[in-house]
Amino acid sequence: MDHVEILSRIQFAFTIAFHYIYPPLSIGLGVCLVFMEGLYLKTKDKVYEELTRFWVRIFALIFGIGVATGIVMEFEFGTNWAVYSRYVGDIFGSALAAEGIFAFALESAFLGILIFGWNRVSPRVHFLSTVLVALGSMFSALWIVVANSWQQTPTGYRIEGEGLKARAVVTDFWEMVFNPSSIERYSHVLIGAFLAGSFLVLSVSAWYILKRKYVVHSQKAFTIALWVAAVSSLGQLFTGHKSAEVITKYQPAKLAAVEGHFETAPADMYLLGWVDAKKQTVTGLKIPGGLSFLVHQDFKKPISGLNSFKPENRPGAINFVFQTYHLMVAIGMMLIGLCWLAIFLLYRKKLFQNRWLMGVFVGSVLLPQIANQVGWYTAEVGRQPWVVYGLLRTSDALSQAVKAEHVLISLILFTLVYVILFVLFIYLLNKKIQHGPDISPEDPETPTSKLNYE
Amino acid sequence: MDTILGLDLPTWWFLLIGALISGYGILDGFDLGAGALHLFFRKEQSRRIALNAIGPVWDGNEVWLVIGAGALFAAFPLVYGTLLSVFYLPFILLLVAIIFRAISIEFRSKEEMTWWRTLWDVCYCLSSSTIALLFGLILGNLIQGIPLDKDYQFVGRLRDFFNPYALLISVTVLSLFMLHGAMYLAMKTEDRLYAKMTILINQTSKFFILCFITASMATLIYVPHMAAIFHKYPILFALPVSAVLIVLNMRRMIEKRRYLRGFISSAVTTALLLVLFASGLYPNLVLSNYDVRGNISIYEAASTDSSLRTMLLFAAIGMPLVLTYTVFVFWTFRGKVKLEDTSY
Ligand code: HDD
Ligand code: HEM
Ligand code: HEM
Repeated sequence: MDHVEILSRIQFAFTIAFHYIYPPLSIGLGVCLVFMEGLYLKTKDKVYEELTRFWVRIFALIFGIGVATGIVMEFEFGTNWAVYSRYVGDIFGSALAAEGIFAFALESAFLGILIFGWNRVSPRVHFLSTVLVALGSMFSALWIVVANSWQQTPTGYRIEGEGLKARAVVTDFWEMVFNPSSIERYSHVLIGAFLAGSFLVLSVSAWYILKRKYVVHSQKAFTIALWVAAVSSLGQLFTGHKSAEVITKYQPAKLAAVEGHFETAPADMYLLGWVDAKKQTVTGLKIPGGLSFLVHQDFKKPISGLNSFKPENRPGAINFVFQTYHLMVAIGMMLIGLCWLAIFLLYRKKLFQNRWLMGVFVGSVLLPQIANQVGWYTAEVGRQPWVVYGLLRTSDALSQAVKAEHVLISLILFTLVYVILFVLFIYLLNKKIQHGPDISPEDPETPTSKLNYE
Repeated sequence: MDTILGLDLPTWWFLLIGALISGYGILDGFDLGAGALHLFFRKEQSRRIALNAIGPVWDGNEVWLVIGAGALFAAFPLVYGTLLSVFYLPFILLLVAIIFRAISIEFRSKEEMTWWRTLWDVCYCLSSSTIALLFGLILGNLIQGIPLDKDYQFVGRLRDFFNPYALLISVTVLSLFMLHGAMYLAMKTEDRLYAKMTILINQTSKFFILCFITASMATLIYVPHMAAIFHKYPILFALPVSAVLIVLNMRRMIEKRRYLRGFISSAVTTALLLVLFASGLYPNLVLSNYDVRGNISIYEAASTDSSLRTMLLFAAIGMPLVLTYTVFVFWTFRGKVKLEDTSY
């Protein structure tokens, strides 16, 4: 691997991983905001309005960083992956342009009204803006995930030209959009975002409840977010399972890597494990024949192992993909357990007194974040050595005009800037949380409000 | 080749991308200009008013860049890859400046300390100016042409981009945006700050006219293909001349408090100059000053007709929507800036 390649890959991975901290929070918070403001319009209860205003301020901070880091991603295709840009421009470009025209314009325009428009538009128009911003952010995720899914499972195209001049051109637009993995992956990504956003609300509300501050507000916010999270956690299992079916069918080498499956034979399913790629062994806790069962409903049916693929067509970092995948699934299971336990306690009216569980919720905000990150690592590292699966290799997709020194400079620059950005983000987020919602004088809230259920 | 209303699809996309870039120049141009002027305001109150004048709209304005870049990627992928990788470091710096501009606006108001606010004020001014200067630098090099061989591979060096002509264009773009930003702020301010804006408009318009005339002469002397175009279509001289006339007229308008007209004038100037650049270029998108076979024409670079057609449909549906939101937001926040509890 030459230096330009390795540096460009590190840079892309780093910048997209950093960008991907924010979009899931924006999308998920957007949904929670719609519920909060919707309940305000419905009940006219001041508490919901104050909650909405409070969370809009946090939303603005997150959204701002999401936008700033997103523009970097768009340009990076051209700066670092010029050959790739030309190769997929006919296909990928249209998804990105559609994203700009339909989604980003919508969210950014109405964001102004969401944040600054409280006194300028009627409550209904404000609510409409909230809905449009939330929809816009989900819509923008749609196009980018469609484009990424096409890279994973290309359909609806034809190849023209050869060598550096080769490119994929669209033959059927809708077949390109609804390629075999789009729907499964979009729904999985979207629900992952709902989890990220709702867990932020859960965590902050649980913290206030533990501190006995804003208790009335926090219980309401917690309940809204808990429902979003609980439903999503089940949805995530279902859509994740659908994604697994897709990779079984279309990316068998990735499936084999995900379970560390080397020889074509009945495949086990691991709950935990460690892959030694040299010795081709996996040590861990497993359900023998589990994967074969999930795939073929038969514990004995063989599944193609990694050794049945040419060495140059196998993903490199097998253990990495194995670990990230299993971590994601483990977190998915934990979230289901946590959410439905909380729902159960909510109905027994024992939830908010349970300080131990509240403590767990404060920390749990990291779980969906980690799962979102490692989910992408699984999907993207597992796809290697291809940038467009089966068509274009990552090493062939680089910019020819760019020198290793230049990529090194940009990588150092982005690292510095993003470290500063992250520190400031955490600092300001913490400050906003410490400050809490602004409460009107006639509010039921007092510093010593009791936990109440009625 | 397919045509619509007598124009082929690549030409339609050439025009559309031109329109998007002009839209970006006009809209984000005033944000950047306001940012570049930021340190001229001394009082905390004035700085807050200036920031809140662009507060609700700058993010929406920046989206035009996102759409423009997306459209270039989609319609002319060869040019997208070539330009961005050839201007690798300038674009990376541009991105860093865009990040800093965004976070300066966002973070400034979050703490009361004077040092904190001054830090972000400086950051905001520097990053806004840097964005304008870098766009100018890239534009300056594109007007001259860049060294591409017959396979569109870059054969030049990074430091050649910093030639005097490109630097001149770079400063000219900054001066234009400053003027435009001053016009916008004049629309949004009252009393003492407004009086200050009229002075700034006076100065920035002088600065711009000086840069513009120098740049025009330099173009006629050092950029033969632009000179040749003027030779061939003398009518094009109308563009730079009307730009100067418009700018001269602007000061009168501001004295008569016709700020909206003044603002429209500076917007029109921005568009005129881009039209001038585009007419020197068509039917190419990138000129090579190394080998004419390295010129990248719209036909060479275009995506397939079927893609261009699909996306033209998207644009036909999407652009009216985008214009509607833009107008709606500007209308909602019309009038002079009032500081409120949700303001920066
Ligand atoms: C699942 C969702 C998702 C994913 C995988 C990505 N993004 Fe993103 N992006 C969003 C979801 C999103 C968003 C929710 O729409 C953003 C995030 C922050 C924000 O709050 O808007 C956004 C912002 C954003 C912006 C700024 C838009 C604006 O000015 O409003 C650009 C240009 C991109 N992104 C481009 C990209 C590219 C090129 C990606 C892939 C390499 C990418 N994003 C991955
Ligand atoms: C509950 C069990 C889960 C299963 C069975 C599962 C399954 C999968 C599979 C198979 C992929 C790879 C898809 C591909 O390569 O095309 C994937 C990717 C991903 N997962 Fe999960 N997942 C689960 C839980 C989660 C959770 C809880 C989150 C986040 C909150 C999450 C976020 C992601 C993301 C962001 C990706 C990358 C995007 C994609 O390829 O769809 N997953 N998941
Ligand atoms: C409650 C949990 C789950 C249930 C009820 C479930 C159910 C099923 C069913 C009914 C099928 C057969 C579908 C078919 O005939 O094609 C299947 C297939 C499959 N499942 Fe799941 N599943 C669950 C969890 C998971 C998890 C966590 C994973 C990931 C590790 C997974 C991976 C797969 C795979 C790879 C297939 C094969 C798809 C194919 O036929 O190509 N499942 N599952």
